[in-house]
Amino acid sequence: MANPGGGAVGNGTLHNCKTESNCVQGGHCTKNGIVREAQQNGKPHINMEIEESFEEAPLHVMVFTYMGYGIGTLFGYLRDFLRNWGIEKCNAAVEREEQKDFVPLYQDFENFYTRNLYMRIRDNWNRPVCSAPGPHFDMLERVSDDYNWTFRFTGRVIKDVINMGSYNFLGLVSKYNESMRTVKEVLERYGTGVASTRHEMGTLDKHKELEDLVAKFLNVEAAMVFGMGFATNSMNIPVLVGKGCLILSDELNHTSVVLGARLSGATIRTFKHNNMQSLEKLLRDAIIYGQPRTRRAWKKILILVEGIYSMEGSIVRLPQIVALKKKYKAYLYVDEAHSIGSVGPTGRGVSEFFGIDPGDVDVLMGTFTKSFGAAGGYIAGKKELVDYIRVHSHSAVYATSMSPPVAEQIIRAMKLIMGLDGTTQGLQRVQQLAKNTKYFRQRLREMGFIIYGNDHSPVVPVLLYMPGKVAAFARHMLEKKIAVVVVGFPATPLAEARARFCISAAHTREMLDKVLEATDEIGDLLQVKYSRHRHSARPELYDETSFELDD
Amino acid sequence: MDTWRPPVQGICLPRSASGPARTGLSPSLTAQARGGGDQRAAAPAQAPPPRARDVTVPRHARVDVPVAFRKEAQRLTMANAAEQWVLVEMVQALYEAPAYHLILEGILILWIIRLLFSKTYKLQERSDLTLKEKEELIEEWQPEPLVPPVSKDHPALNYNIVSGPPSHNIVVNGKECINFASFNFLGLLDNPRVKAAALASLKKYGVGTCGPRGFYGTFDVHLDLEDRLAKFMKTEEAIIYSYGFATIASAIPAYSKRGDIVFVDRAACFAIQKGLQASRSDIKIFKHNDMADLERLLKEQEIEDQKNPRKARVTRRFIVVEGIYMNTGTICPLPELVKLKYKYKARIFLEESLSFGVLGEHGRGVTEHYGINIDDIDLISANMENALASVGGFCCGRSFVIDHQRLSGQGYCFSASLPPLLAAAAIEALNIMEENPGIFAVLKEKCRKIHKALQGISGLRVMGESFSPAFHLHLEESTGSREKDVKLLQEIVNQCMNRSIALTQARYLDKEEKCLPPPSIRVVVTVEQTEDELERAAATIKEVAQAVLL
Repeated sequence: MANPGGGAVGNGTLHNCKTESNCVQGGHCTKNGIVREAQQNGKPHINMEIEESFEEAPLHVMVFTYMGYGIGTLFGYLRDFLRNWGIEKCNAAVEREEQKDFVPLYQDFENFYTRNLYMRIRDNWNRPVCSAPGPHFDMLERVSDDYNWTFRFTGRVIKDVINMGSYNFLGLVSKYNESMRTVKEVLERYGTGVASTRHEMGTLDKHKELEDLVAKFLNVEAAMVFGMGFATNSMNIPVLVGKGCLILSDELNHTSVVLGARLSGATIRTFKHNNMQSLEKLLRDAIIYGQPRTRRAWKKILILVEGIYSMEGSIVRLPQIVALKKKYKAYLYVDEAHSIGSVGPTGRGVSEFFGIDPGDVDVLMGTFTKSFGAAGGYIAGKKELVDYIRVHSHSAVYATSMSPPVAEQIIRAMKLIMGLDGTTQGLQRVQQLAKNTKYFRQRLREMGFIIYGNDHSPVVPVLLYMPGKVAAFARHMLEKKIAVVVVGFPATPLAEARARFCISAAHTREMLDKVLEATDEIGDLLQVKYSRHRHSARPELYDETSFELDD
Repeated sequence: MDTWRPPVQGICLPRSASGPARTGLSPSLTAQARGGGDQRAAAPAQAPPPRARDVTVPRHARVDVPVAFRKEAQRLTMANAAEQWVLVEMVQALYEAPAYHLILEGILILWIIRLLFSKTYKLQERSDLTLKEKEELIEEWQPEPLVPPVSKDHPALNYNIVSGPPSHNIVVNGKECINFASFNFLGLLDNPRVKAAALASLKKYGVGTCGPRGFYGTFDVHLDLEDRLAKFMKTEEAIIYSYGFATIASAIPAYSKRGDIVFVDRAACFAIQKGLQASRSDIKIFKHNDMADLERLLKEQEIEDQKNPRKARVTRRFIVVEGIYMNTGTICPLPELVKLKYKYKARIFLEESLSFGVLGEHGRGVTEHYGINIDDIDLISANMENALASVGGFCCGRSFVIDHQRLSGQGYCFSASLPPLLAAAAIEALNIMEENPGIFAVLKEKCRKIHKALQGISGLRVMGESFSPAFHLHLEESTGSREKDVKLLQEIVNQCMNRSIALTQARYLDKEEKCLPPPSIRVVVTVEQTEDELERAAATIKEVAQAVLL
């Protein structure tokens, strides 16, 4: 292992991990086998391979990108000018006559971007789906007669679009089949709603069952579940920290985490994405210098990170963070929205991926929206923590509890992943996902695309940079019946618009190949293969033969 | 060099172009540069004697300058010859001075500059910590525990567990009761039609959507539901959220930003409070349902605005109220609010979670109850977890207002969308509401009945409108400590539960609430409760209260 010190590893440093790759490639590792192996090693895999790349774009691309925005903005001003003078018809909804003399609800500049840039390419978002979001789905065809201001449905359905957009990592969302029988039974028995909060009359036996199962799944003492993933963050972080506390938050954390941090009233400082030096410096300074102005010591320090970052595809450097947190006595909150179920040899998330004891993470948070194909979120950890959350969570006191059939879907999915249904189907799905991810990332890289993130992350962002290409890419892909997510500012930095593929265990090799082929073709057409190391720098990481053995 | 002046540059050019002389003779680069600079001084041929002695200019430079240029230079320099003279003298003096003198003066000048720019007037108290000190500080620091311990007998840890559906007949902690606690006003939670619709959706879509609305999380069911809600409420547009709590909490900060002003009722529910906190706007709290107090605040603001009209032009004003208040069971005086809205030009946001599907002839809520044009309300938000007995929430109003949330409502953009089966259930619930408009009158009548029956219990006071399906029972006289009050009320709740009437206290986070309401038992009426059950419940509460409180 190349990094014996176990210190922070720079982006893009490569290490090879025999244990992990053997398991995945061999394909005959049982769940127990892996667990045993992790235990035998005794200490956490701090030296675990971290293969993460954030290749920079060539200069000319950046120049053209900014130029693109510049031209778009100029035209925006021109058209705003024309609209102001009534030369161009304004399609946007307008204020009521009676309220024209009110203070405007929106400042003009607030909607400039929406009106003039987003509107041009709006058809690539909010595309309506009309079937289960499995590996294939059907979409409603819609057209716009007024340059995306309004849409009209043609009544036609675009059948069998390959779904590379949904976070259906383990492929557990599909239309009804026999494995969902219990969900149906729960729905028939309980109905959909609860109509009360957890503290009042809304704690059902189903919730209890689910919470026990989540704790068991994560191998922690206790867990509590909530009805919405977003709210799990935004309503529970304020319970843990408050005034006089410090939050150290990764700069790319999800909005819900940011909102929760803001609502808490604690001081927030952000560290550079996944950058351990930056985090350590903040930790040291915080402890040494205390609170600003009053100079009192901080009451506590909470580090907020995500397991997999949804826009970057990077995986948190958990071993290093745990080491730092222990050294500086800070607390750690990991949002496993994307990583739970999708990474780790048995799908237990980032702690298992790195071979770290889940007890080392103070607060484990995750959602059920992605891998489990349901809705809601959980907080798990030590019993004292969960008890405290039970008593003080905003969500437990004021928000309606989770819908019973949704809870049952989670229970079903979790049992499947744990192998409690008596099959190895769940484990196979986790392994299939890892395989698909590796294959897909490898091929894209070979084609010369700049892709971000960790090699094991099923979220695969492909950098497109220019706003015009973003739209073109998504439209061309849809023509080829492939649905991809494209994102740009403000979800990403201005000049780093990208497409995002979400790999699922349900994707077959044929589907992936079809997608890759289409991506290749459109990549050539749009000239978006920006990577300057065309062929993978580390071909040995991927071995073509190993896949054939498994298939 | 002191004498360097831009105009000279023009003269330098042709000279430097005349290569041979320069390349042949130039002693060093610095000499050349200096030569260029001093050209102006040197150029005039008839310069006074001291100038002729100007040693700095290499002789060859002077020789090269063509006559025409020399004349031009002469014309240029004659204008400020006097000034030149002084400068030249200075330079000359400089050259005549001994080297040690120059060095000394140079050092002195540097010293003065340093004194000017340094801040070392203060006493030398550098507070830089040494590495060792830092390590010690880090070693010393002991954080508070992540969470303080919770006592095991905290009521929230010993909550009721409901086995089976929380519908009309409910099994709480193993005991079968009649449910007076869940907000299942229209009894749709157990409705077979709703279940069938949800089941059909489950068969088609599965459970989750696996994505936010923007990224393939928009299903046809969602669009249908939004359409249906907008039609039902007779507004232009509706937008659905996947969680009731997140609805108003996301809607407020989508519009109200830092610097804007929000007037809010004291009794506003927690979701509103969180929305306001997230918006970081200026919050002005008026007394519960006290329009005079609200007008006072609005007037104060008007005066403030006149002082600073520039700021007032960009300061949005909002009034945030609830239809029926969750915390009090009272209704907001909407007609007066609308009047104030137009008088003071503030927009009204109305939270209707308890009044939607309850008030009005068709269950459209407070606006219908008062017969107010729904367009006069800028934004109406409600959850679908009470009357509709599903999960989620929605906002409705004019497109001009609502559409903005599709990119700015955080709980909308950044959260997975509502599971289709829940949306399908809500649609079917709306169907039922539309088909049976009589249901609302029935509910109203039942509310009235139990409300009346509960009057005059000694020790307990009924709080809330007679037509509100959720109202509160407060202690007539507080014992003086909140804890004891809570215990007393809990005793009543427990004993009612033993007698098969499921009730609950209204729970609050004592420390988080802006204006903590007094402890209370919340009674919820649903259409499923029979007259007999209502009477029994009232009688039970009466008896138990008497036994506990007297």
